[in-house]
Amino acid sequence: MARQIGDVIVDLQNISLRFGGVKALTDISFNVKEHEIRSIIGPNGAGKSSMLNVINGVYHPQEGQIFFKGALRPKMEPHEAAEQGIARTFQNIALFKGMTVLDNIMTGRNLKMKCNFLQHALYWGAAQKEEIAHRIKVEEVIEFLEIQDIRKTPVGRLPYGLQKRVELARALAAEPHILLLDEPMAGMNVEEKQDMCRFVLDVNDHYGTTIVLIEHDMGVVMDISDRVVVLDYGKKIGDGVPEDVKNNPEVIKAYLGTSH
Amino acid sequence: MLYREAGQFKATYAEDSQIFPIRQDKIGFWLLMLVFGAAVPLLANEYWLKAILIPVLIFSLAAIGLNILTGYAGQLSLGSAAFMAVGAFAAYNFILRIEGMPFLVALVLAGLTAALVGILFGLPSLRIKGFYLAVATLAAQFFIVWALVKFPWFSNNSSSGVVTAQDVTILGYTFATPEAKYVLTFLIVAFMALLAKNMVRSSTGRAWMAVRDMDVAAQVIGFRLMRTKLLAFAVSSFYCGVAGALYAYTYIGTVEPEGFNLDLSFKILFMIIIGGVGSIMGSFLGAAFIVLLPIFLDNLVPAIFGDSLGAGFVSNFQLIVFGGLIIFFLIVEPHGLARLWQIAKEKLRLWPFPH
Repeated sequence: MARQIGDVIVDLQNISLRFGGVKALTDISFNVKEHEIRSIIGPNGAGKSSMLNVINGVYHPQEGQIFFKGALRPKMEPHEAAEQGIARTFQNIALFKGMTVLDNIMTGRNLKMKCNFLQHALYWGAAQKEEIAHRIKVEEVIEFLEIQDIRKTPVGRLPYGLQKRVELARALAAEPHILLLDEPMAGMNVEEKQDMCRFVLDVNDHYGTTIVLIEHDMGVVMDISDRVVVLDYGKKIGDGVPEDVKNNPEVIKAYLGTSH
Repeated sequence: MLYREAGQFKATYAEDSQIFPIRQDKIGFWLLMLVFGAAVPLLANEYWLKAILIPVLIFSLAAIGLNILTGYAGQLSLGSAAFMAVGAFAAYNFILRIEGMPFLVALVLAGLTAALVGILFGLPSLRIKGFYLAVATLAAQFFIVWALVKFPWFSNNSSSGVVTAQDVTILGYTFATPEAKYVLTFLIVAFMALLAKNMVRSSTGRAWMAVRDMDVAAQVIGFRLMRTKLLAFAVSSFYCGVAGALYAYTYIGTVEPEGFNLDLSFKILFMIIIGGVGSIMGSFLGAAFIVLLPIFLDNLVPAIFGDSLGAGFVSNFQLIVFGGLIIFFLIVEPHGLARLWQIAKEKLRLWPFPH
């Protein structure tokens, strides 16, 4: 089944972000199309994570506009971005360490759960019905990511690679339109990377989720991305399909340096 | 051998998400309920009921309240005793000033009053965390006790500030004997503990724990920090408020604001540290431990050393043992008695085989 790349879903125009005197992002424009895998690459400190934080409302850029599904998006808080269907994982794992894998993934569905705390307190009835309905969805994600055997384990006890997978599961449980992945393969060995690549491609293929990916492994990026945007010192220096980016002299300069 | 879940299969998610998924636990729980709900009031003497069992239950409720706030939602608080005071004096005033106020309604209103005050003092938690928040709740502790002393209206202009709790009457029956008061307290505490357990095992509890473990991530997946934190303050204070009202009505009978001082707040904090931070059962274990330990030491120390040491030494000795135990738990088992119990159960699953 061939994926159909759709229309532009997120359009970032002339984004500039400053922290005091530090310019994290300068006049960056690029767009993300529906169902595609869009990678952001760049050397350390290029502003990649800041870019994701702008997309899901953690940071508010001083200049520039964000169009989401064709409409200008006002300044918003992270939970509002979540309500619009933007989920993400973090560079440093941001799981809830004291909770089990199952509970962590269940938190991903919180926006779809409508019972209030009084119904939770009484539990039997509406709250239990809702809990079970969402548990079924969560179990689908657990099966999809092959983590059935650890569902009752507290995440703090899991090895790094599995924690990354649980974090992806939590993001997927929200059934997002757009999934922002911040270095999902950092610190993994080759096999774990292969697994993670497979999951990312499967998610994209199976659920049609649009994926924005930050990754340092060029092999992975060039293999799985539809389009790549390259940042360096907060500026965009390249944008296009992997082959174009690979041959872009600016990009080669940023990564390898040039002889003078 | 005895404690093993082998052969107990869960075929539905409802079965899998029970409070006690293992049959032995369920049996043990109902046995405990039977012992404390039926056998104890029939068999225990007045001293045990009045001086040990009722306070253990009431402090358990307060500890559940603090555990919701500190153990589950991760917001450090040193104001639990003040919220108990709000509950006690609110119940007193509701019953005093509203003709024919039913006791249980007054209890709920007392809890709600404490919840409102809790929300008010929870507002700083939106900006500050950890120890700084603890200091802000300390302000609640001092301010509330001060206000209750300062404005005699709260204690119905009693010259000493001491108020005497009215009779507890439900549907024409007056709970006068220790047995009756014990049963009433037991039912209320058991019911509220069940509600708390239900909250912490569903989405509300997950929101609290998410905010506790990593607030940025909690926000990014859609939890609202303000709503979650303030709900934790409200529910926690509700529990403390009801505990305070019970403290006045079924335990000591006469209360004064100064009785709900910082010492009591610390005592409740110690209960959750020793019992288990983030555990409903731990709240009961911690409360039982803290109430029983001084009584135990009172009897043990003279029995070993005779009367030669004097009463002063015994009470200081208690403080030393308390301090030592708290340091011990913080270092060795930060999750308290509840965690020890869990470890024991894990060991018991394998026993008598090594692995």
